[in-house]
Amino acid sequence: MPKLRDVCRHVRSKVAGPFWVTIDLFFDGEENYRKYRDNVAIQPAAIAKIYGTDPNLVAIYKVENLSMIKISYPRAMPQGGVVERDLHSGQQYVSILDVELA
Amino acid sequence: MGSKPEFTKVKVFVPSGQLGAGVPASEVEAALERGMDVMAMDAGSTDSGAAYLATGTSKNSRDAVKADLLLLMAAQHKTGVPLIFGTAGQAGGDLNVDWTLDIVREIARDHGYRPKIAVLYSEQSAATIKAKNAAGKVRALPPLGPLADVTIDECRHIVALMGPEPYIAALEGGADIIIGGRSTDTAVLASFPLWKGAPIGPTWHAGKTAECGSQCTATVTLGSGVFITIDKDGFEVEPLHPANRCTVHSVSAHMLYENSNPFRLIEPGGVLDVSAAKYEQITERKVRVTGSVWHPQPYTMKLEGAAGGQYQTIMLIGIADPQVLSNLDLFHDRMHYALVSRVQRTMGEAAGKFDISLRIYGWNAVSGRPVPKDTAPPREVGVMCVITAETQDLATQMAKACNPYFFHMPLFDGVELPSYGFPFTPADIARGQVFEFKLNHVVELDDPMELVRTKWIDLAVEVTKEAAHA
Repeated sequence: MPKLRDVCRHVRSKVAGPFWVTIDLFFDGEENYRKYRDNVAIQPAAIAKIYGTDPNLVAIYKVENLSMIKISYPRAMPQGGVVERDLHSGQQYVSILDVELA
Repeated sequence: MGSKPEFTKVKVFVPSGQLGAGVPASEVEAALERGMDVMAMDAGSTDSGAAYLATGTSKNSRDAVKADLLLLMAAQHKTGVPLIFGTAGQAGGDLNVDWTLDIVREIARDHGYRPKIAVLYSEQSAATIKAKNAAGKVRALPPLGPLADVTIDECRHIVALMGPEPYIAALEGGADIIIGGRSTDTAVLASFPLWKGAPIGPTWHAGKTAECGSQCTATVTLGSGVFITIDKDGFEVEPLHPANRCTVHSVSAHMLYENSNPFRLIEPGGVLDVSAAKYEQITERKVRVTGSVWHPQPYTMKLEGAAGGQYQTIMLIGIADPQVLSNLDLFHDRMHYALVSRVQRTMGEAAGKFDISLRIYGWNAVSGRPVPKDTAPPREVGVMCVITAETQDLATQMAKACNPYFFHMPLFDGVELPSYGFPFTPADIARGQVFEFKLNHVVELDDPMELVRTKWIDLAVEVTKEAAHA
């Protein structure tokens, strides 16, 4: 089974305001985008589990013309709070790279 | 007074995504050659956390901000073209705005500039927000829930994000320089074009595209600013650095950047919808965008509020001991237990509410997630101990109490005590206060100007008055 890192040419994450994180998955082409865009491994339940957030609030957007998927979710802990590991959420994408696509 | 001339085209120079990041003089020259109608840029962001709003300070140094303003104010003086920036001083609260105004005044005085300055304040008192809340005009945005008065009271500073209207009013009043408090980045750039009658959808989309300067270009590290031309049907964007270019991909992908929804962007008074936008590479460095749509909505302003919490003292050690490195999860748990117990034993009730967090860099400090069982040990790790307590003094006292254990705790009992690698003396570092954003709410308004204060400073008049009294 391929991992997300095997089928994406670029993956990035960043804060979108203080309460949300947004992850951009740029697939390596239309083919892999179409093949994996609805994969269960990148659905809200799976994402919520990885990042410790509420699955009902995970939003997934498919951007056809860029062969990319945007995943947005609320931060589990407040930005800059008592336990802050990654203020800008710039390193959070790494936790998704080795997700195995069903 | 005659009627406004019919809109054909407007040219916007966006020098940088951030005031103080370093605007190159060559790019200002390039913009002058192209003939800009306005210079507009963002001077702040919430990305780096709530400290800047909570303390009324800037992320960029005064010297860095002054260096950029020197170039831009010189260009403003030379051309007469307005200079607009919003979210001044990083957070756009009153303190941040006044800090920026001080620099602008200093430059004007030193160079003999006499611009008419409009200062737009959007900080809000707790009383104002409580009244709006009581009137049912405040709505929560997920993930937060309904706003309680106690949350409003927790905030040191609260700001409302301005749309273009206060900027347009300032331009109507003849402002040469506008120093804006907290605003949406896009509104700062959209204001002049909207004032001139530019089409609304393309204007907002142009603002969103250019707000981060060269972020919408093919090589984001090459150069700083971009140049936008808005016409009756759409807009065009190009970088100012001669070797850089905008591509269909770089411009369309920028809508994704730091944005939770790639198709719709909510702004005061409406929603920008780019789902049907068309991107065209019209020269090898310039992109044309059409099809951006604006859907008017009842007017709302987003609220931000920053609160100060507990205080933190940190300690840092490096560990290369191979046995520790082979048992990092066990080491973490033993150390954490030892430190918490130590504080409880030595300080008891006097400790109050406290937290000890150990971050193992080289292992899982950044992810905070369990490490897979078969992961090879790292060559070395840094262990950061973060102690959070009610006061700075308490946090430091705890660090001192924990020091012997943090320094010497062995992996197993009955062995000679190791010494881990501190980089500093003294070992404990008072890190300061925790600052968090507490509001993710919008306030519904009938009048976009209701929560905004505008102060006019006409330096031509002030200087004349000073001279008259001399």
